[in-house]
Amino acid sequence: MKPSRRGFLKIAGVSVLGAGVKPLVDALAGAETQKISRDPKAKVGRRWAMVVDLKKPCPEGCRDCIEACHSIHNVPSMPNPKDEVKWIWTETFPHAFPGQDHEFLDESLKRHPVIVMCNHCENPPCVRVCPTKATFKREDGIVMMDYHRCIGCRFCMAGCPFGARSLNWRDPRPFIKKTNREFPTRTRGVVEKCNFCEERLARGLMPACVEACKERVLAFGDLEDAESDVRRLLRLRTAIRRKPQLGTGPQVYYLV
Amino acid sequence: MYNAGKIILGLLFFVGLVTFPFWYNAGRAAVPPELVLPEKEKECVEPAQFMRAKHMELIDQWRNEVVRKGNRIYVGFNGKKYDMSLQNTCMGCHKEKEKFCDRCHNYVAVAPNCWSCHIEPKEMR
Repeated sequence: MKPSRRGFLKIAGVSVLGAGVKPLVDALAGAETQKISRDPKAKVGRRWAMVVDLKKPCPEGCRDCIEACHSIHNVPSMPNPKDEVKWIWTETFPHAFPGQDHEFLDESLKRHPVIVMCNHCENPPCVRVCPTKATFKREDGIVMMDYHRCIGCRFCMAGCPFGARSLNWRDPRPFIKKTNREFPTRTRGVVEKCNFCEERLARGLMPACVEACKERVLAFGDLEDAESDVRRLLRLRTAIRRKPQLGTGPQVYYLV
Repeated sequence: MYNAGKIILGLLFFVGLVTFPFWYNAGRAAVPPELVLPEKEKECVEPAQFMRAKHMELIDQWRNEVVRKGNRIYVGFNGKKYDMSLQNTCMGCHKEKEKFCDRCHNYVAVAPNCWSCHIEPKEMR
C-alpha cells in the first residue's frame, strides 16, 4: 500500500507525542535516584579549611594528631625513609615557609615544629596534572583521591609544591601497626594523601587530627560561614599560608 | 590437491585438538558453586536475583557515589537504609569471603582486585 500524505502525518504526530513521553518517564523515575542520599548527620561545607595556631606550643614530642590520623587511615610507617608515606607531619619553620625566616625570627617560632598536611588548594596543581582524574576537587573544596583510578604515575607528586603526596613504593599492609578495619588500606603503586577526613565529615565528625589535639592547636571549619571557628580566628589574628606566591591558594592557614 | 591425505588428516587432528574441551566435558554438567549465606540477615539490599546478576554494577555505582559525590546512604528494596560500603556493609553480613565471593568468582574465573585495598573479613578472625 502506498503511504498517503494523511497517514504519514498521523504517524509523524504520534512519534512526536511519543518523544514527549521520555522526559515524563525520566521525571517519574527521579524517585529512583532518591535511593541514594547523603547522611543527614553529615557536615556540609562550601569551602573547608584548617587553621593552625603557631603561637600555641605543641608539647615536646607530642604526636597525637599524627598518630590519630595515621592510625585511622591505615597509613603505614615504612622502615626506609625513602618509602615514607605521610598524611600529616611536622616541618621546621624555615622548611614550611621558605623565604619567610630570618636571623631575628621569634625564637618560639623558630623552635616549634609546624604541622603540615595537604593544603587542599583552591587551584590545585595535582588535579590539573592527573591524567586519570583520580585526583579531583570536590564542591566543598576538598581535594580528594579516587584510589581506584590512580595509576601511580606520580605527576601529582611532581605538581604538588608542598610534598603532601606519597607513593606506595611497596605493599603498605605489612607496615601498618594496627589496622583500622573500617577504612581501606592502599596498595602498591598508588599515591595517597590527607583527605581532610572526608569520611568522618560524612558522618558528622570533625577531622581526626583536630579532635585528637588536646592543646587545640588545630581548628577546622567552613570559610564561607562567617560565624565558623576558622573565620573567627582569621578575623582576630594574622594568618600566613605556605608558598602563597605560587598561586595555588592553600586552605591551611597558620596564625602567627 | 597435493598431499590431500596429509592435509585432511592434519585438519581433522587440528579441529579435534581445538574442540577438545567441548567433547572432553560433554555430558558432564559442571557443579555450580555452593554459597554460604549469612545466618543473621535474610535479605540483601536488593532482591537476590538482582544481586546475582548485577552486584558488580551496584558496587561500582556505590563507589562512584561515595568517592565522587559524598553520598553514603542507600535505601534498599525493603526500605531499609544502608551505608554504601563494601568493607563494612557487604562484608558485615557476608563474613566468609572464601565461601561466598571467592567460590563464585573462582567458578567463573574472574579475579576482581577489591581486596588489595579493602580489608577482607578473614583477617578479622
